[in-house]
Amino acid sequence: MKVLMFGWEFPPLSSGGLGTACYGLTKSLSKKGVEITFVLPYSGDIDADFLKIIPAGNVKIRKISTFLQPYMSSQEYKKSLGKKPQPKIYGSTLFEEVARYTLAAEKIAEEEDFDIIHCHDWMTFGAGIKAKKKKNKPLVLHVHATEHDRTGGHAVNQHVYDIERHGMHKADKVIAVSNFTKTKIMDHYGLPPEKIRVVHNAVDFSQHYYNEDFGIKKTDRIVLFLGRITLQKGPDYFVHAAKKVLGHEKNVKFVIAGSGDMEPFIIEKAAELGIADKVLFAGFLNQDDVERAYKMADIYVMPSVSEPFGITALEAMKYKTPSIVSKQSGVSEVVRHCLKVDFWDVDEMSSKIIALLRYKPLHETLKEDGYFEVKRFSWDTPAEKCIQVYNELISKG
Amino acid sequence: MVSVCFYFQVHQPPRLRKYSVFEIGHHNNYFDERKNEAIIKKVAHKSYLPANRVVLDLINKTDGKFRVAYSMTGIVLEQLERFAPEVIDSFRELVKTGCVEILDETYHHTLSYLYSKEDFREQVLLHNRKIRQMFSFKPKVFRNTELVYNNDIAEFIGKMGYKGILAEGADHILGWRSPNFVYRPKGLNNIKLLLKNYRLSDDIAFRFSEKSWEEFPLTAPKYAQWINKINGNGNVVNLFMDYETFGEHQWEDAVAELDFPHYVSWADIERDLSAWLGNRMQQEAISQVYNLEPHVKLSKNPALLDEWRKLQTSDHFYYMCTKWFNDGDVHKYFNPYDSPYEAFITYMNILNDFRMKANKLGEVKVVE
Repeated sequence: MKVLMFGWEFPPLSSGGLGTACYGLTKSLSKKGVEITFVLPYSGDIDADFLKIIPAGNVKIRKISTFLQPYMSSQEYKKSLGKKPQPKIYGSTLFEEVARYTLAAEKIAEEEDFDIIHCHDWMTFGAGIKAKKKKNKPLVLHVHATEHDRTGGHAVNQHVYDIERHGMHKADKVIAVSNFTKTKIMDHYGLPPEKIRVVHNAVDFSQHYYNEDFGIKKTDRIVLFLGRITLQKGPDYFVHAAKKVLGHEKNVKFVIAGSGDMEPFIIEKAAELGIADKVLFAGFLNQDDVERAYKMADIYVMPSVSEPFGITALEAMKYKTPSIVSKQSGVSEVVRHCLKVDFWDVDEMSSKIIALLRYKPLHETLKEDGYFEVKRFSWDTPAEKCIQVYNELISKG
Repeated sequence: MVSVCFYFQVHQPPRLRKYSVFEIGHHNNYFDERKNEAIIKKVAHKSYLPANRVVLDLINKTDGKFRVAYSMTGIVLEQLERFAPEVIDSFRELVKTGCVEILDETYHHTLSYLYSKEDFREQVLLHNRKIRQMFSFKPKVFRNTELVYNNDIAEFIGKMGYKGILAEGADHILGWRSPNFVYRPKGLNNIKLLLKNYRLSDDIAFRFSEKSWEEFPLTAPKYAQWINKINGNGNVVNLFMDYETFGEHQWEDAVAELDFPHYVSWADIERDLSAWLGNRMQQEAISQVYNLEPHVKLSKNPALLDEWRKLQTSDHFYYMCTKWFNDGDVHKYFNPYDSPYEAFITYMNILNDFRMKANKLGEVKVVE
């Protein structure tokens, strides 16, 4: 079976769960004999050498010149254009880039031989539709996040929403990464439930072992936030919870790893709450440092306002770091050995952080059971479910 | 003819209110009064009252040949007195027939034997007093919480004057032997041992309504036939889950001695204590509550003592069990908490609050 896959990030150069998910899924699919051509926007930061070393078996990487970042808003895109040397081929707005990506993808579709098209998130939806028109092959859209998640339902970008909605209705099947996301698609995009298949993400269990002494751990325990500092990820709830915890516990530091448009606001907020010395900003971390951060942390908190899946929670558990996850997330549907809170319930969030700091057996049990639970996740499961979707669509003709 | 003993366990725990870490030191109420009231009223009307009517009817129809034993915890009786006193009346009516026996156990449904034999003894006596006051009945048979049993418990209970004790008919204890005889605890002549026939008990308790079971549906003739099969290899079938009985005549002759060197319970495939004490959260919580005994006793404060014992109720630790959680069977048992972790957090927050209270009250008395 040959799949033409449209994506836009691939590790190690990825800024979120999407790249991790595409990597895990394609690796497992290729192991099961699926041949994949993976269309990736070319970024100035990626050189061809790197792409060759990706050990993804049958996955063939095709690139389009752009440095689209999957979670960038149009404004952020403009900003990043200003920072980097600008080759002439780049368009001036994010949407122009999407249009260019779509056009290039059409050409690739013409050249490639495939049985099915599989797209990851809205920026590739146009490309998928074009490819479908060209070769009349079934189209699968994989929804890792919707505009509703990214904006928390406020100030939804109409253009992005339209692309998402149009794509979902044109697709032969939509894959949602959780029931949480399936419900969002039904409620906000008007798709009938039978057109949606839920395929939960997994986690790649290979890990690096860092036997490192972290200086900070000699005096402090670490509570970690790791993700984009945007409204969707709930960093403001994290800071308010920090304030509350610090009123009851000493020797705790709160580390915020990531970057995003809310960063200045969060820094000011921490100062305003009088906890600026207790909240540390680590900035955007590369993959190695992400893993070290999980390892260093005593508690991982994912306070997302709306999280379609939330692979970071699984990754934290993989590094034996007990996790507190928002109930408004896909991962809370499939994980048992973590603590769950409503993102808005700062009292409960801080209460649970304190409980984990104080009650050693709770920390120990979650550490061990969480690790054991995550060990049983494998990308083979979602890969098999995708193959099932492919087969159903192909046999329908 | 084989005798069938039915045994009815009546228990409802004092459920805890979600107690936030920020409440520690405020000494707020620990118990979820509203939920406890709602649940006791519901089970009273859906279960206890109709079941009692059926039992009374059977006793009348069989001219008193049908006999039942009840084990009612002190804390369920307290709750019934407060919220559904008609159930107490209905039990009194049953006891009056003379065909009903009441067993003793720990008043607060605890695992205290394992942690404080002194308090265990007091709890059993407390229960005994409650049953005598309430039903004018003096229990002679003892069943420990969750059927936790070993040789030492049998000896302890024998010394307290009981004539019989119940235990699980666990395969690893019985070996080739049948659970359907009356036995003697190892080395004891003053007390008899009755064993639960867990297969036949579980047929009713767990498999009766399970459609995937090959024997489904279980009809009365089919079940009677299974019991009849025991003829020749047993004298008594003890059905312990919901109904069970101990007519005095059924256990006059003990056939052999049985050795229970290790603790055995009626829970799960393991039939051990792992459902209550299997993980570190459970071990920590239970050892911390018993560590407070000196303070509680020093305070000589009856309210504090009662609260302390209500925190010992075994259900609190059962809710912290992560065993089923691993197997994905979380929905197969009833748990008022979303997860065992929530159960532990609530319990520990309360225990920390209680410790502050106990320290204070315990100290004051020492000074006096």
